[in-house]
Amino acid sequence: MPDSLPSDSVGLVTPKTIHFDVPLELSCGQSLERYDLMVETYGKLNADASNAVLICHALSGHHHAAGYHSLDDRKPGWWDSCIGPGKPIDTNRFFVVSLNNLGGCHGSTGPNSNNPETGKPYGPDFPVLTVADWVASQARLADHLGIQQWAAVVGGSLGGMQALQWSLDYPDRLRHSVVIASTPRLTAQNIAFNEVARQAITSDREFFEGRYYDENLVPKRGLMLARMVGHITYLSDASMGEKFGRELREEAYKFGFGAEFQVESYLRYQGERFSETFDANTYLLMTRALDYFDPAYEFGGDLSKALAPATCEYLVLSFSTDWRFSPARSEEMVDAMISARKRVSYAEIDAPWGHDAFLIPTPRYTDIFTAYMDRVAREVGA
Amino acid sequence: MRADLEIIQQWVRPGHHVLDLGCGDGTLLDFLQRERSATGFGLEINPDHITTCMGRGVRVIEQNLDSHGLDNFDDGMFDIVLMTQALQAVRRPDKVIDEMLRVGREGIVTFPNFAHWRLRWGLALSGRMPESDALPYKWYNTPNIRLCTFKDFEALCRQKGIRIKSRRVVDGQHQNSWLARLWPNLLGEIAIYRISRET
Repeated sequence: MPDSLPSDSVGLVTPKTIHFDVPLELSCGQSLERYDLMVETYGKLNADASNAVLICHALSGHHHAAGYHSLDDRKPGWWDSCIGPGKPIDTNRFFVVSLNNLGGCHGSTGPNSNNPETGKPYGPDFPVLTVADWVASQARLADHLGIQQWAAVVGGSLGGMQALQWSLDYPDRLRHSVVIASTPRLTAQNIAFNEVARQAITSDREFFEGRYYDENLVPKRGLMLARMVGHITYLSDASMGEKFGRELREEAYKFGFGAEFQVESYLRYQGERFSETFDANTYLLMTRALDYFDPAYEFGGDLSKALAPATCEYLVLSFSTDWRFSPARSEEMVDAMISARKRVSYAEIDAPWGHDAFLIPTPRYTDIFTAYMDRVAREVGA
Repeated sequence: MRADLEIIQQWVRPGHHVLDLGCGDGTLLDFLQRERSATGFGLEINPDHITTCMGRGVRVIEQNLDSHGLDNFDDGMFDIVLMTQALQAVRRPDKVIDEMLRVGREGIVTFPNFAHWRLRWGLALSGRMPESDALPYKWYNTPNIRLCTFKDFEALCRQKGIRIKSRRVVDGQHQNSWLARLWPNLLGEIAIYRISRET
């Protein structure tokens, strides 16, 4: 708990539920008749509504990106390092909107919400969503907030995919798309890791084909394993090595199979904590959305053709040790943007933390992000 | 205005799509964007320069010419490819020139003249590798690994069948000087070449 809130924090924030009752047509062919989005905002929308920035979250993210919900909070929002007064996304200048995506488990309508048709949680009946569906729901949110055009749509990892999708689906509605530690499509290896995670969940005896809510149970074991394998892909070999090395929890080998190495106990702890706060069906849904994302698919794999409608300017950032979505994946995206004659800037940031580097403020990352967003702010008079 | 910018901008038409190899802090591209509504990118590897470019609205791609080349750019996609004071710092200037004229219709290249009289004089008198304002490094730490003279460059262009459309010779401060025009390979410090494969 912070004794007092840091001066560069957005401070205490209160999330808000926004209800939508115009049906949303989804990529899978179904539609959601009505739904809620859980939203937080930071900063003030200016008179001509030109200073709005949308934050898109990654696999396990949610609406609480910055600040504190109460003085008892141990930690601030998940991207507090980049959002706040004087930070790269400067809340003295921007009106920042952050939401929990549809299908999520932090207040927006998702598998653990009640299906109005049955009065019971959706569970496996909740439609499988795509990145494009999320972007469509975010456009509805922009309408609701009176934002015709975002100054920027910003996201890391799966969030970066949403920032890219925005530029294709609503080209007039954003000035800048900031795509961090992301990829234009998953590789077979990426999908393979997702599949292991899903198998861990669905093979848990307490999964009950996704209807575990009805049994008052949670497939904790499966979620924990899913998170453990996911977590390994978020870190680099070097950062794990530095953090844990081969360090043992006690002095000698015990010739058993308990958590003897520090890294084992760390992974178990991370997995357990995650399984207490995250919904298994949401995890399945989010990983599937990742797998399906491939804007070039309809264009014979030619991403530059898929980019044709885009009019925004792009900032693409990658991190040297990210092996989940490596710099080469970002470069693919940048090359397609160049080929499609789009305005783009790109940097590969040297950072040891693997994929997670997009959440950690390193000097070069902060400098570039700050310089770019400062220019975005000047452009919209913020 | 810097004399080299003044000269280069005369060769850039409004709306030209421009690639600047080793764009530094983006001064030239920023100038061309404002004065000539030019579009395009700079390539750079220096982190501080990249940040400065991003802050001033110059599109910049972190890309190393030596390791990456220009493979990711399509044939003829730029009206002009610029390379100011960087030719002498790449591993294979000849290949870079080929690539410049593959992705661009025209190239503008500036580099320091290793045959300038002060460098010749320094080498002749002291027997040590020469240093000057344009070449302020020691032999062991210089990024300028492929120094050449105006004559060398022109011979390479001839050999490759590249047409030199214009050449301007300036001094170390990028100022025009009648002396340098008179005897460029001896008295000129920096040359600005405009080259093309078109006949």
